[in-house]
Amino acid sequence: MKTLLMCTVNGEERTVLADTRDTLLELLRDRLGLTGTKEGCSNGNCGTCTVLVDGEPVCACLVLAQEAPGRDVMTIEALSAGGTLHPVQQALVEFGGTQCGFCTPGIALSAKALLDRNPHPSEPEIRHAIAGNLCRCTGYGKIVDAIAAVAARTQGR
Amino acid sequence: MQDFSYERPDSVEAAVAAMRDGEARALAGGTDLIAQLREGRRRAGRIVDLKWVPALTSIAALPDSGVLIGAAVSLSAVAQHAAVAADYPAVAQSARLIGSVQIQNRASLGGNICNAAPSADAVPALICHGARARVAGADGQREMAVEALFEGPGRTALEFGEILISILLPPPEPRSAATYLRFTPRREMDIAVAGVGTWLRLAVGGAVAAARVVLASVGPVPLRALSAETALIGEKPSPALFQEAGRLAAGDARPISDTRGSADYRRSLVAVLTRRALADCCARLDGRMEAL
Repeated sequence: MKTLLMCTVNGEERTVLADTRDTLLELLRDRLGLTGTKEGCSNGNCGTCTVLVDGEPVCACLVLAQEAPGRDVMTIEALSAGGTLHPVQQALVEFGGTQCGFCTPGIALSAKALLDRNPHPSEPEIRHAIAGNLCRCTGYGKIVDAIAAVAARTQGR
Repeated sequence: MQDFSYERPDSVEAAVAAMRDGEARALAGGTDLIAQLREGRRRAGRIVDLKWVPALTSIAALPDSGVLIGAAVSLSAVAQHAAVAADYPAVAQSARLIGSVQIQNRASLGGNICNAAPSADAVPALICHGARARVAGADGQREMAVEALFEGPGRTALEFGEILISILLPPPEPRSAATYLRFTPRREMDIAVAGVGTWLRLAVGGAVAAARVVLASVGPVPLRALSAETALIGEKPSPALFQEAGRLAAGDARPISDTRGSADYRRSLVAVLTRRALADCCARLDGRMEAL
């Protein structure tokens, strides 16, 4: 069955015709064309579909599209507002914290949410925050370094 | 996947009404349910989203101390709540063990109970603290021990149409402490091969006045290790006592062998985790008693 959903995605009010069974991931990718959010395992293990709902990272594959109305959804597309990379994205570029890139949108959003809540996380806190984002290229070291660098720069200012 | 409708009740009464027939499935965090629906392991004709019911989505510190946690409150919110973290640290720490940050931001305390996985990490600490479950159905509300909710893997004592609405943590008792420890091959994003929650209350003289030892992942439901508990009562805490309690708890376990570990291995883990958890309770108590 189809249903009309009104929801806030990346700060914009969107009205979307969706299947009642759609997940938030399907809503974003297939109905709204926001393909920066990736589909990996589709059961909450890999974190490639991480988006922020009301500022908190969640797996979009484990949220129904019909749960979105009334919530504020942010995807990777909104992280580089105005064409300027977010400090987390800038650091991932500088440190080479990305290999094939498939996990990168989820990593960037998990890191953003961590730093919003805790601007100066310890290394264990960084590793805990991205434990739900699997990088099958296994490039975790440089990802952790990149996030730590953002924290260090914030301290310097 | 079967098509379903979606309802968003805003009161306990409306939620109970929405659960009126066998088509209905309660949705809290969805981290179990949505995967189960998509994989065809569960069916639903109506999804009843409980996250818009205020009583199910709030945590209240009670006037007589004690905390009432709405069943749909996320594990992150449970772990971050000041009264939970201060008075029931084992509950807060257990909530942080489940899945990832993404999962903890969605998965609810009530869902971890109602999914009734023998490995549910949030449950042993709740049983250790003597948590009560408030349940609502067409005939009104009732309250029962959280421990009494479990009937088997994936099966609870909830009657048809009933929903878990809140979990009540009774006031913490003086000179008591609880801990939950689990063993996983990986530090994060893993399911317990075995888990042990322990709770101790000491008498003024320092002997064990009351004890609870709760085992996870080593039986069809969370198990009380009653012979270990009996052996602890009246004794002064010591490494030898905790070693013996671990040995007895291993005997109380009813593990199966599966891909995560053999039954023998699980019993060995129970012995070690019980000993360590009891020692951890004592360490917490020593710290607290110095402060008194």
